[in-house]
Amino acid sequence: MTPPAFDEIFGTSGSTPRDEFAALGAWLDETPGEELDRRQKAAEAAFRQLGITFAVYGDEDSAERIIPFDIVPRIFTHREWTKLSEGLVQRTEAINAFLRDVYGERKIIADGVVPEALVLGNPQFRGMLDGQKPPHGVFAHICGIDLVRTGPDDFFVLEDNARTPSGVSYMLENREAMLRLCPEIFHRFSVCPVDRYPDALRETLRSVAPRGGSEPVCVVLTPGHFNSAFYEHSFLADTMGIELVEPADLEVDDDIVWMRTIDGRVRVDVIYRRIDDDYIDPLVFKADSMLGVPGLIAAYLAGNVALVNAPGTGIADDKAIYSYMPEIVKYYSGQDAKLPNVETYRCREASALQYTLDNLEKLVVKLVDGSGGYGMLVGPTAAKAQIEEFRAALIAEPHRYIAQPTLALSTVPTLTEQGVAPRHVDFRPFVLTGSKGVHIVPGGLTRVALKEGSLVVNSSQGGGTKDSLILSNVPGQWQSQGFGGQMQGQG
Amino acid sequence: MLSRTAASLYWIGRYVERAEFTARLIEATLRLDALSARPAGKTAWESALLVVGAEAGFAATGAETGQREVSAFLSVAPDNPSSIRSCLDSARWNAKSVRTALTRDAWETINRAWLGLRNISDMGDSRATLAMIERVRAETRGFEGALGRMLRNEAYAFLGLGAAIERADNTARLIDVKYHLLLPEGEIVGGIIDRDQWTTILHTVSANTAYRWLYREELKPWLVADMLICRRELPRSLAGSALEVVGHLAFIGKLLSRQGEADRLARRRLDKLGNTSIDSVFARGLHEYLESFLIENAMIDRAIAAQFKFG
Repeated sequence: MTPPAFDEIFGTSGSTPRDEFAALGAWLDETPGEELDRRQKAAEAAFRQLGITFAVYGDEDSAERIIPFDIVPRIFTHREWTKLSEGLVQRTEAINAFLRDVYGERKIIADGVVPEALVLGNPQFRGMLDGQKPPHGVFAHICGIDLVRTGPDDFFVLEDNARTPSGVSYMLENREAMLRLCPEIFHRFSVCPVDRYPDALRETLRSVAPRGGSEPVCVVLTPGHFNSAFYEHSFLADTMGIELVEPADLEVDDDIVWMRTIDGRVRVDVIYRRIDDDYIDPLVFKADSMLGVPGLIAAYLAGNVALVNAPGTGIADDKAIYSYMPEIVKYYSGQDAKLPNVETYRCREASALQYTLDNLEKLVVKLVDGSGGYGMLVGPTAAKAQIEEFRAALIAEPHRYIAQPTLALSTVPTLTEQGVAPRHVDFRPFVLTGSKGVHIVPGGLTRVALKEGSLVVNSSQGGGTKDSLILSNVPGQWQSQGFGGQMQGQG
Repeated sequence: MLSRTAASLYWIGRYVERAEFTARLIEATLRLDALSARPAGKTAWESALLVVGAEAGFAATGAETGQREVSAFLSVAPDNPSSIRSCLDSARWNAKSVRTALTRDAWETINRAWLGLRNISDMGDSRATLAMIERVRAETRGFEGALGRMLRNEAYAFLGLGAAIERADNTARLIDVKYHLLLPEGEIVGGIIDRDQWTTILHTVSANTAYRWLYREELKPWLVADMLICRRELPRSLAGSALEVVGHLAFIGKLLSRQGEADRLARRRLDKLGNTSIDSVFARGLHEYLESFLIENAMIDRAIAAQFKFG
């Protein structure tokens, strides 16, 4: 089994909280389990009432579920966050530079940093976009970079989600729930607010409008309310104060995108689309897509509309490309990556494949094009039969797999049926890139594996979420007398 | 505003109004059933089915025409497209797709009403039915309250427009059925049963007190008809609903700086209602009058859909 995990609040001691988090330890001691339980149920009831639900495909009866919410927050010090955000900025800038390069001059291939076949032969590479510069040169406007942690200063990037990352509504709604149900925590800690995210996102969208001059018309494009992330789509449109459109609301005429309104057609400048490349335009990608807008890609190629994220970004967060990210970051930034990758064996390479086959019971094996925790083997907890299944698959199609060591993911105290106990977590901050550069709202989505010992945090596989507090280095305005030294957020 | 959004809002308005009307109808029918000295129960429930045009649908279930069966059919039956549950299903389905145009309050009341009915299949006895109906009405009242607090924008106008069109339809059907089909043979107009039935109508549209204020007389069928058709002061009357339709359309027209066929039809209807006396209605025949009103209402509905490209 894996070595004992690092607990973010209690360190490795197990019982005494790390200095910065003494107040959280005290809060956990003071608040009875039943009270935590009551508040957690109240939060979940509120989520259900608001309709913050996600659909589970193929599950008619429970078509609408809420993602379990855990009442015990996760906390990062200001110092931890500062370091993380520097790494995130560096990585996101590199992702955009890489995309500009591979759809442009391809210097990184010419210089032999990334193999040509891995880029040009990759199904995520959109050859038809070759030579295409998106408005203002930004490809990946919104990245949800998945991070894991193994020690006080040991953060690793697990995945760069550069297509249509979701989950940011949980960052915002979880905070709302915490402010309502556990206000005392915000008296004890000075916490950076997250509610500026919709404004920051709207600014990002406006900044990449192709037309200068008039106020750009920005919209959120959703596949429709049967989509599992529909709540988030409507939430973001609502909080930004822009229209939420479905494909049928849009039409493309002479390479210009219009939306149909009660007052006739209105020209659209920027589309924050939550539909994958494959389904976005039936004239270009999947012809049988019922979701797409015919002609949308032509309008994009004509430079008449900005798509957020731009089509073709999948080449940057592909799991095969992922293993080259440290080199990619160094190539464009001239510096070592501040956020390291998880060590990755590319099974397409013979020696890596051999190592993987020899150590299957210790490794995590992932399908290069899988997501959501599907197509994944967690060696240490897998059944014998499953290991053998993956062995056969690896031998048959090694290029489709990568392998990584099983990390001792950090834990955070979490409310369980047996009281508060450590559970493994990961973290997805949301990084915005507009024409004026990178912006990160201090916060993110913490996903927690609710099953004891489990390392799979995906909501489709029994994961839950937590609020993620980033401590401020300035005492917050919430502060008042009476909490002694604990209230000064030392970050 | 997107045409699709406008269409959804309009239909949310209609479905919530219809759900509330059906809830009131069940409540009033329970009352009528309880009041009757004679075993009038069956007639009462038959008439309730007639009002909402569900007699054929109910007959297809093969159930007895009793309180338990009819109230279940009208409130929770999933295979009755105009049951309260079906209305709330449709309202919520629309609300979900236009979340951004609704306030949180408005969404929550619809969602809560929907959650409340989700797992109920039987209404139980009349007390349980009343309790359930009261919950539905509390939520729809909450919805009206949430609308009242909304920004006065297109979204508000389309919700209100849908509700007003639906209300005009519902009230017309209610008067029609009660007036013509109810009185058992041998009963005299103005007799006890007749009186009970008119009281029931007033309950259905929450206008008992309004009647006393407007007429200061005991219940007279033609005065009730006068109130429900001609009096603009009563929001549920045909004239009141017609006035509201004109108002919402004019508001939207002002925002868009243009009006259309729906505006013209709605204004013409309101003008006609302004010149209508209840005597002339009875002279022409109440049933014929109401029938042509329902046809006109459906025409306005179609004109609205065309004008705003509901598609």
